[in-house]
Amino acid sequence: MRAPKDDSRQVPSERTGPGQSRPLQRLYGWLEHRAGLVFLLPAVVVILGFAIFPLLGSLYTSLIRIRFSGGQTELDFVGLANYRKLLLGSEQAHFLGRGGEALWVWVTLFFLALLLAWGLYRRYRQGRGGLAWSLLGGALVLAFAWLVLSRLVPGSLLGTLQTTLFYVFAGTALQYGLGLWLALLCAERLPGTRFFRVVFMLPLAITPVGIAYMFRMLTDTSKGPLQPLWAALGLEGFSWVNDPWGARFAVLIGDTWQWTPFAFIVLLAALQSIPQEQIEAAAVDGATRWQTFRYVIFPYLLPASATLVLIRMIEGFKIVDLPNILTNGGPGTATESITLHAYFAWRTLDVGTAAALGFTLLVLVSVFSTVYARALLPRARGEG
Amino acid sequence: MKFKRIFALLAGVAALTAMLLAGLVQGQGRRFDGVQINVLTFTGPQIAEPLRRRGREFEQMTGARVNVVVVPFADLYQQILTDATTGTNSFDAWIFAPQWMADFVPAGIMEDLTARIRADRDIQWSDIGEFFRNFSASYGGKIYTIPLDGDFQMVYYRTDVLQQLNLRPPQTWDDYLAIAKAAHGKDWNGDGRADYGSCIAKKRNAQSYWMFTSILGGFVQSRGTQQGAFFDTDTMRPLVRNEAFAEALRVYKETTQYGPPDELNLDVGDTRGLFTSGRCALSVDWGDIGTLAIDPQTSKVKDKVGAVILPGSRRVLDRASGRLVSCTASLCPHATGGINHAPYAAFGGWSGGINIKARPQAKDAAYALFSYMSSPAVSGKDVTIGITGFNPYRTSHFKNLKLWTDAGFSEAGARVYLGAIEASLNSPNMILDLRIPKNQQYQQVVLDKALSEFLAGQINAQQAMDQINSGWEEITNAEGRERQKQAYRASLSIER
Repeated sequence: MRAPKDDSRQVPSERTGPGQSRPLQRLYGWLEHRAGLVFLLPAVVVILGFAIFPLLGSLYTSLIRIRFSGGQTELDFVGLANYRKLLLGSEQAHFLGRGGEALWVWVTLFFLALLLAWGLYRRYRQGRGGLAWSLLGGALVLAFAWLVLSRLVPGSLLGTLQTTLFYVFAGTALQYGLGLWLALLCAERLPGTRFFRVVFMLPLAITPVGIAYMFRMLTDTSKGPLQPLWAALGLEGFSWVNDPWGARFAVLIGDTWQWTPFAFIVLLAALQSIPQEQIEAAAVDGATRWQTFRYVIFPYLLPASATLVLIRMIEGFKIVDLPNILTNGGPGTATESITLHAYFAWRTLDVGTAAALGFTLLVLVSVFSTVYARALLPRARGEG
Repeated sequence: MKFKRIFALLAGVAALTAMLLAGLVQGQGRRFDGVQINVLTFTGPQIAEPLRRRGREFEQMTGARVNVVVVPFADLYQQILTDATTGTNSFDAWIFAPQWMADFVPAGIMEDLTARIRADRDIQWSDIGEFFRNFSASYGGKIYTIPLDGDFQMVYYRTDVLQQLNLRPPQTWDDYLAIAKAAHGKDWNGDGRADYGSCIAKKRNAQSYWMFTSILGGFVQSRGTQQGAFFDTDTMRPLVRNEAFAEALRVYKETTQYGPPDELNLDVGDTRGLFTSGRCALSVDWGDIGTLAIDPQTSKVKDKVGAVILPGSRRVLDRASGRLVSCTASLCPHATGGINHAPYAAFGGWSGGINIKARPQAKDAAYALFSYMSSPAVSGKDVTIGITGFNPYRTSHFKNLKLWTDAGFSEAGARVYLGAIEASLNSPNMILDLRIPKNQQYQQVVLDKALSEFLAGQINAQQAMDQINSGWEEITNAEGRERQKQAYRASLSIER
């Protein structure tokens, strides 16, 4: 129960010595009474100053167009014009891609719709509420699926959205798989394990720009350090930069090389925390290595895995340095991520479009992370 | 004793006077002692190299300190504009593309140099080609930059290759493709590796998009400079969705078949290196290959390089129908042998401008530096050195053949090289580069992106044209169609 105001003023006077002045006593009293506020204020100021205000500032920036005249910058408020340009205007194909028509797209969407309808029906039967939200979510999933699938039809164009999703999902899957494999190897008591633990960690310590330059040299088939190898394989005349998918995979390999150690170290730590008795008990019970992994080890790894995947996916959405240095976003716009798209827009002083892209990415990551955290994370932790 | 004191006093006074006089003399010779100027340009070696080298000479002569700052080409425009308009003013002067004056002058960031140039005899202003004085230096009747470079794109060819193939230098783009096809895949520099028929810079976010307009020119503009090659001068509609543009895209893409495997990732510096190392039979470039090819340290093609005015076309755009039609006397009044050539004054030539907010002493020093670099004696030397990126732009550069033979050209080679530039400069059908507000957005953003997507096979020719058309229309509408139209018409009325 909160103490009355007058009482609080008397508390410090009992604690202060006779030599202390009355204003000082008042200050102590006020501090005592407002201790919560005083302790929170610095953090609040920091968050407001470094997170909220810049966020609001960039939201405003996404609604303006900058002009330069008379040695000054003029900010013209254009409402949602920058978003319209991205979603419906001249930047639409660049951002969302251009779709193609194919029967398999509609068949896949049909089955996906059936799956969603079945899920909704189950929710309804279980008496769980939020039907309207579920319907809205289902429609969004279908729209999103169309946005991805229709861009995979030959002759269509992938936008920076789909390219980013490719980096996020393919990259995270590869990094997780490789990281798990390496962690399992290092968890075995094999000779040289300690040495390889350090070696596997090295890519994480290298700056992404350095990695990008390194991969740029490695993938140069005509004069890079691997040129003799490429020549021996008959690939000297081949250039991955001429092929959109070749370039995307080059970026993906570089990203995987850099971030697999992160998955490796997290999973290794999780592996080492598994009680040995349970693994030994499984062995005594006659479990195969696969069964031991599937029913003993993997459930222990799930909580760490869920968090790891979430972190890597959020980071993956923001990928920029590797495609910028390695391919300069090319060929064409094939390897351009959303962040790189925003950077190129900013670099040409289209600041409004750059901010609009940043905000669209923020919404995308927030929605994705929220859905992941609410739907998958509790299950992975055994709470669902 | 007294005499000794008087002598010592006199000696002291003499020494002091001598020191003061020495200081005065030195002060007179070094009029910018203690003045630092920060000059921004793009990551070299071109442009930055002569700026640093001449900057050091200037420092010794004047006492000024020249601090050269470089950024990638794609960042240069926004670095200049944001630095000046946000009041940061880290840079006192810039060396940049004169096209951008269309944005920089209205933005109020450029110092008017008219009075300084009129008072400067050393710069010999009238020796600078009239086209460069007007296009590269002036805007709205005032002078804002000092030209340091003259830019026209040309086609370079290997004389020995053409001789062996028994072919003549290309007159049309079909000729170009035929030569490239015939030369591709053969070893032309004796290193045992197959070489390339054509090397054209095609990297995105670099200086590649000008190459496409060089190909387009002969198809789209036939009635003279004032016809314009980018927009319809009456409606400001882009000259994009037509057969001329489609044909230029076809040629542009086909050249890739005869180029290096990673051509889509090559900038002009890369293609120049390939050409001078003997790996390419043909290339499209500014004047740089001509001077790089005579460098004995890096070139394997000395005295084996020829240059011609940009190839043209026997069929040109009929603007009413949007179709390609055969040249007639009325349609192609400037054609030679039935071929319409439209040499492209791409970029206009690197030029030096001064920040209006720079300190007065820094303005004086920056002006003196540019004036020194542009002076006939200094520039006459620099335009003959390949790595400078500077190409001839003064009458004296063209008339004084000794400059070029001293630099390493054969007399015949110099005549061919200068002849190709002069033919472009004197053409009544020259294409002026886009010099209207937001020209950087039109070209470096919309055009560049669509071309790179087209080359990568992400979009087809029709989609590329639609994309460029809608992107250009969007900028025009945002800036105001009438305003842009007037700016475009004004830019084409420049007297040459």
